[in-house]
Amino acid sequence: MKEQGRRDFMGMALGGFTALGGLGALYAMKRSWDPLPSVKAAGFTTIDLSAAQENVLNIEKWRGKPIFVLKKSADMKADDRDVVVGSDRFHVSIGLCTHLGCIPAYLPGEKIFRCACHGGEFDASGHEIFGPPPSPLEIPPFKLEGTTIVLGEEGPEFIKMKDAGLIA
Amino acid sequence: MAKFDENARPFSEKWLDERLGVVTLKKVLSTEYWIPKDINFLWAMGMVLAATFGLLLISGIFLLMYYKPDAALAFDSVNYTIMTEVGYGWLWRHIHGVGASIVFLIIYIHMFTGIYYGSYKKGREMIWISGMLLFVAFSAEAFSGYMLPWGQMSYWAGMVITNLFSGGSLEAYGLVEWIRGDYVPGDAFLTRFFMLHVLLLPLVIIGLIVLHFGTLRLPHVNNQKGEEIDFEEAAELYKAGKKKESKVIPFNPVFLSKDVFVMGVYFILFFYLVFYHFDFAMDPVNFDPADGLKTPPHIYPEWYFLWSYEILRPFNKDLGLIAFGIAQIALFFLPFIDRSPNVAPAHKRGLFNIWFWVLLVDMIVLTILGKLPPEGIYNDLGLVAAIVFLLLGPALFVITKMEKKI
Amino acid sequence: MKELKVLAVVVFFSLLVYWGVEPFAHGQMHKHVDSDKFAYSDLPEITKEGDAANGGNLVMGAGACLGCHSIESQGMPAPMDAGTAAASYGVNPPDLSNIGALYDEKFLAELIKNPAHALNVEHKFDPAAGKMHPMVAFYGAGGDIDQEVADMVAYFKSIAPKEISPKEAFDNACGRCHAMRYDKYTQLGDIPEFKYEKDALAYQIKVLEYQDHLKKYMGTLPPDLSMIIRARSAHYLETFVENPQTQLAGTSMPRVGLSKEGYEKVEAYLTEIGDPSKPQREAIGPWVLGFFLIFSILAFLWKKHQWRDLH
Repeated sequence: MKEQGRRDFMGMALGGFTALGGLGALYAMKRSWDPLPSVKAAGFTTIDLSAAQENVLNIEKWRGKPIFVLKKSADMKADDRDVVVGSDRFHVSIGLCTHLGCIPAYLPGEKIFRCACHGGEFDASGHEIFGPPPSPLEIPPFKLEGTTIVLGEEGPEFIKMKDAGLIA
Repeated sequence: MAKFDENARPFSEKWLDERLGVVTLKKVLSTEYWIPKDINFLWAMGMVLAATFGLLLISGIFLLMYYKPDAALAFDSVNYTIMTEVGYGWLWRHIHGVGASIVFLIIYIHMFTGIYYGSYKKGREMIWISGMLLFVAFSAEAFSGYMLPWGQMSYWAGMVITNLFSGGSLEAYGLVEWIRGDYVPGDAFLTRFFMLHVLLLPLVIIGLIVLHFGTLRLPHVNNQKGEEIDFEEAAELYKAGKKKESKVIPFNPVFLSKDVFVMGVYFILFFYLVFYHFDFAMDPVNFDPADGLKTPPHIYPEWYFLWSYEILRPFNKDLGLIAFGIAQIALFFLPFIDRSPNVAPAHKRGLFNIWFWVLLVDMIVLTILGKLPPEGIYNDLGLVAAIVFLLLGPALFVITKMEKKI
Repeated sequence: MKELKVLAVVVFFSLLVYWGVEPFAHGQMHKHVDSDKFAYSDLPEITKEGDAANGGNLVMGAGACLGCHSIESQGMPAPMDAGTAAASYGVNPPDLSNIGALYDEKFLAELIKNPAHALNVEHKFDPAAGKMHPMVAFYGAGGDIDQEVADMVAYFKSIAPKEISPKEAFDNACGRCHAMRYDKYTQLGDIPEFKYEKDALAYQIKVLEYQDHLKKYMGTLPPDLSMIIRARSAHYLETFVENPQTQLAGTSMPRVGLSKEGYEKVEAYLTEIGDPSKPQREAIGPWVLGFFLIFSILAFLWKKHQWRDLH
């Protein structure tokens, strides 16, 4: 029995040390699965807001996802989630329904978003008003630079919204 | 229906044994798989090969995630995406490249060990033949893999090797085009060799490895003296605690402990090459993108194909092809050409000993000449070395026919 | 011990094969070219003490450098854009802001006096046969020509920045003929980001047009250098850049004239783009080797223990 114990000790020491190397290899493997630097570097989109027309939805692309940009008309309710540029107010959000990720359509007549998949509805500020969506349309990290907005960077306006818990 | 113990805890050893026979399996494959005690480190080469194959498989999986089998994209997906963008992509590529080269060094050591100790004789013929099949499968795997980075060497190796299939004066260019799926190595050629490299050939190799292990089980592993051991008797002695008297050891853990040590030393060399000396395995010329309108000034196969390439070179087109063909299959017949009644190391077998060293030196000479420009004295030397190689077959037959029983 | 003898035999034959297929074979395949260590010993020494102020006047003078070259750092823009310049001269003439720091001064002096000779392309440009090098030689401004050339070289050295980045060195020395696609760089410089495909394609056409001029001028499009650091040995690259004719007789590539420091900068850039994993390799290598060393020691102890009752 004593002999067995010693054998186990040497074998276990070797096994444990091998496992340590295995961890190192696993780390390298994990890193290989990470998004590429070029993918991360491409994670910024600049949108010019100055040409936007009221009540016309613009759909841009950021990190492969659709981005809603809606210039609010005067009759639309102001909201803390609006992006304010001068006297203009914009609703900017990731255009994926918070229910299961379909793209809602904008209905300019009713001034709401409606998702064709399960009938969820959002108002022009992105708040859920009907159906299964559990939360408002998500606001992507943004930074205002004059009349342009850079998606993917967290500017002071975004951080303020985030701290107030308004982004989603 | 067999009997099952109702009270056995699920997944306990007993429970598993009743369903899967794990206790028997463990005995047969490891703790009571008997290996002769009289061996040296060369007996660890099999496990070293298995480990290298494992490294190739794992590194290959990670290369596969970003590799693009497309003649327009392949080069950049390897050299830019994998080598510069993917985290540790360079590590996988270096392991894969160095592994592909070093695995052949170990295969050759493994083969020459078998020849030296007569481990292909008397009941061990299938070990040799399955091993040779593995050698062929590894060669095909290496060649198909060499196409994938789509550099200059990939392209021109693809061009030259597929042209061999025209059969010299038979001029079977239809066959060559069929193999390529194009008039020259192009996109179709790259994608089909990609398929071979990542699917069909690995499946074949894994199957052959299982077969190769299987062929060992009944005739058992040879030993340093070529001694015929009564394995059952020796195993009884060992199990009775008479380890000193017994001529065998169990595979696990005794034989394995030696294997693992040899592997450790081997990995030091292996990773030294991966980090500091990878050029020999990753030819600089292949870092130039494939160009069908420009042959590099020197083209040569990877070192492990050089000896058979050199057998092709000194003759005219048809003779060269025939000599090349003979060289490819000659070694398969080794167990049947060797007529000697003895299973013993070469240094005990008289003329066979000389034959062995001539074979080794001749193959090394062919290898070295295979990379030199085919000019002047190198051509003459190449012709002599190739003829010596071809004569070694009949010579072995005569030598071993005369050999007396020791 | 017998096992060590067996090991010695295996190691001997393995090394023999390695020696045969690597150092020996490559020694036979490639002719040996000695490096001149960027001394340019075939070019005449500058004998005169240069006066930078006078050199400045000469460089700025009518009919001198500025007809074709820009000196951006001194506020002298290029007389035409790269594409038009390539259409006229075959290749876009370089900016002269930092040449004083990149190139050998003997080379610069000879370049001014006799471009085809300095660039070692006299096999391509023969005035007797009416084939003039696009760069016009400086015939002197009336004084001692050697003094004037020395002055001009002194001027270029005086305006050259102290620090030049590896990429700037590449840009000036190689980048007007060679692209570097792994750094998104073409003969026209860094490829800008375009939002619309139309603009990207229009830019691509500009690059292709430039490359067409270059092809006509050089006979073939000079290769992209993204992977050149791994496709050629360090020694080959060094001697080739130093004097292309030694490695590739008859090539239309001119001698670049880089000083040793200038070449090191270029080499650093080629390494940064072509072999960026080098620092990581060097950092991790010792750890992995150390791991397997300890692994082997532990395995040896385990083996010793397993085998202790067997003999």
